[in-house]
Amino acid sequence: MTIETSIAEQPPTTTTQRAAVAQLQRRPNARQLAIAVVCLGSTIAAPFLVSNFLIFQMTMVLVYTIAILGLNILTGINGQLSLGHGAFYAAGAYTAAILMDRWGIGYFWTLPAAALVCFVVGFLFGLPALRLEGVYLALATFALAVVTPQLFKLSPFENWTAGVTGITLAKPDAPFGLPLDQDQWLYLFTLAMTIAAYVCAHNLIARRGGRALMAIRDNPIAAQSMGVNTALYKSLAFGISALYTGVAGALGAIVLQFVAPDSFTFSLSIALLVGLVVGGVGWLPGALFGGAFVLFVPNLAESVSKGLSGAVYGLVLITLMYVMPSGVGGLLRATRAFASKRYD
Amino acid sequence: MQNRRFFLKRGIAGLLLSASLALSSPGHAAGKYDPGASDAEIKIGNTNPYSGPASAYSTIAKTFDAYFNKLNEEGGINGRKIKFISYDDGYSPPKSVEQVRKLVESDEVLLVFQPLGTANNIAIRKYMNGKKVPQLFVSSGAATFGDPKQFPWTMGWQPSYESEGIVYARWILEHLPNAKIGVLYQNDDFGKDVLKGLKIGLGDKTSTIVAALPYETSQPTVDSEVIKLKASGADAFINVATPKFAAQAIKKAYEIGWTPTQILSNVSDVVNDVLKPAGLEASTGILSTAYLKDSGDPQWADDPGMKDFYAFMDKYYPAGDKSSKSNAYAYTVAQTLVHVLKQCGDDLTRANVMKQAASMQQVTMPLFLSGMTMTTSETDYYPIKQLQMKKFDGTRWVHFGKVISSEDLQDTHKP
Repeated sequence: MTIETSIAEQPPTTTTQRAAVAQLQRRPNARQLAIAVVCLGSTIAAPFLVSNFLIFQMTMVLVYTIAILGLNILTGINGQLSLGHGAFYAAGAYTAAILMDRWGIGYFWTLPAAALVCFVVGFLFGLPALRLEGVYLALATFALAVVTPQLFKLSPFENWTAGVTGITLAKPDAPFGLPLDQDQWLYLFTLAMTIAAYVCAHNLIARRGGRALMAIRDNPIAAQSMGVNTALYKSLAFGISALYTGVAGALGAIVLQFVAPDSFTFSLSIALLVGLVVGGVGWLPGALFGGAFVLFVPNLAESVSKGLSGAVYGLVLITLMYVMPSGVGGLLRATRAFASKRYD
Repeated sequence: MQNRRFFLKRGIAGLLLSASLALSSPGHAAGKYDPGASDAEIKIGNTNPYSGPASAYSTIAKTFDAYFNKLNEEGGINGRKIKFISYDDGYSPPKSVEQVRKLVESDEVLLVFQPLGTANNIAIRKYMNGKKVPQLFVSSGAATFGDPKQFPWTMGWQPSYESEGIVYARWILEHLPNAKIGVLYQNDDFGKDVLKGLKIGLGDKTSTIVAALPYETSQPTVDSEVIKLKASGADAFINVATPKFAAQAIKKAYEIGWTPTQILSNVSDVVNDVLKPAGLEASTGILSTAYLKDSGDPQWADDPGMKDFYAFMDKYYPAGDKSSKSNAYAYTVAQTLVHVLKQCGDDLTRANVMKQAASMQQVTMPLFLSGMTMTTSETDYYPIKQLQMKKFDGTRWVHFGKVISSEDLQDTHKP
């Protein structure tokens, strides 16, 4: 551990590494600050300007954003491919639902509980997954995603999970007598959680832990020979990633007021992965674009053609991948590079 | 002059008034409306799985759409056209919540009609009741959708799985009082509800069930369950399985030479999908229940109700399968909605829609078997509570006996 610490704290060597770290660690300039303030202001003001239905949709976008952030830490930062994050999302959702429904615990306290449960589950799943790489890991996580909804249907757990019929939850009111309706409050609550999740993720990858995770992604042998405990870090990445996705699941359960095994089919895992790729693998803000894609594009596809919605969805996805092969993040980078080349 | 001017003023005002009255009320009196209804139209919302694992059911919503087109061409309901808005939920409960909120808050429908799926309907139920928007005639046989005390805005339609079990129990008590019953059931809400109904119907004779074996839909076969049921000594076999497993069970029972009285859940009573694959010889003599005429059965070819249905399908939904049970079901439940909306008259408020839906008196529909009726009340949210027994004669189902009701035994207090 001491060797690893000293190595990881040494200044990054190659120029690209240095550039990447510099980008993560530099202080924001005035323009970036202004953009951030405008974005934050408009997201906070949004629930007072639009209809409750749109607020609800935006809340779900934020929920998916947190889940995709988690997947990004595992896949984008650490390079481990997961097709099974729907399982962690489900675990978080059920943790929240069972705590609220069976033990009457306040919705806020279900989030740390879901985080803990999913961290442990993810960490433990990460241990055997260490032996698996690439497509083999994808297959193992795929199995996890397929098995999970079945598990929640099993009769031995039925006292807790209520089987296929699922658990209905009460919708939380705004606390302290704030003059907000339930949808507005849930939106602001989820927004706060999303910002907290983003800041944590950003800080995590900007520091030595994050560098170690990226080193494992880029060259596991080199990372190991530099003294990074790859087994520990890979398992931790799994745990933290599952934690994020689990918190998202818990928030999703609170927002939708309902959990059932059929809410967490394999297609959810795929949707999260699609969101990750569309937003940009390894680029944290991309999660927001990914979340929006997961929620809005199926609706868009349906409005084009009800019978062929799946085909339209596929077409949109293929087009996006051709136009911006590295997601929204890649597109923004390319635009910036193009602009700076022109004006320099 | 004074008088004349006064007269002119009055006269013009009167003319304007009568003109405006004439313009605003073409044929019917102004009504009482909630969002989604007006003099011109009634907006009806729906969610259905157009994509995903249950997309075969989307033919139900397509039949609705076709039926409302027909209705609008014929002049609508009391002069109002139906605007049918149906969204895809992919059979996913979170998507159902989103789509139903869109229907209620953005499209402002008067009511949500026939959302499909047990979990999907439970997912939206609290919301619908909180918003006081009718969740009318849900497309699920779960007995939980008939609980007016807790959920006065949610009503089922088809006979619940529980009432099916009750009807089987009643028939067995009457005709096979000494039967030893073996049950194969799917381990989910459907199988468990039928088993529960069976036990309710048997009352103090529940001990005549000598074996009740569950199976999971993930199992490849139900062979071992059937062998165990035979070994239990049962001489009445109740097969509460979905089509694939039902066919396996019938075939296996025949192969191992087990010849009990067989009752097949009406979920799987399809000749082409279940009885033919299981073997027509193996299937001969099987009993089941029905409430609708089977549109795939030639015995109804000259039935006036069935002729209308075929004509409707030919003209408005030619791509649909006329022999499909789902389409006949959709046609009939759409007619039930039209009946309720007609009863509402010009009071198209959400409360009145529920009130009219809960005051059906012996209403019958063209595709109902004779003797079948729908009756509801403020405390009874199960429109169809009766079923008629039928027997497979080797080529088709033959209906027999009187209509059996489960009415007095339905338990409305569900978790």
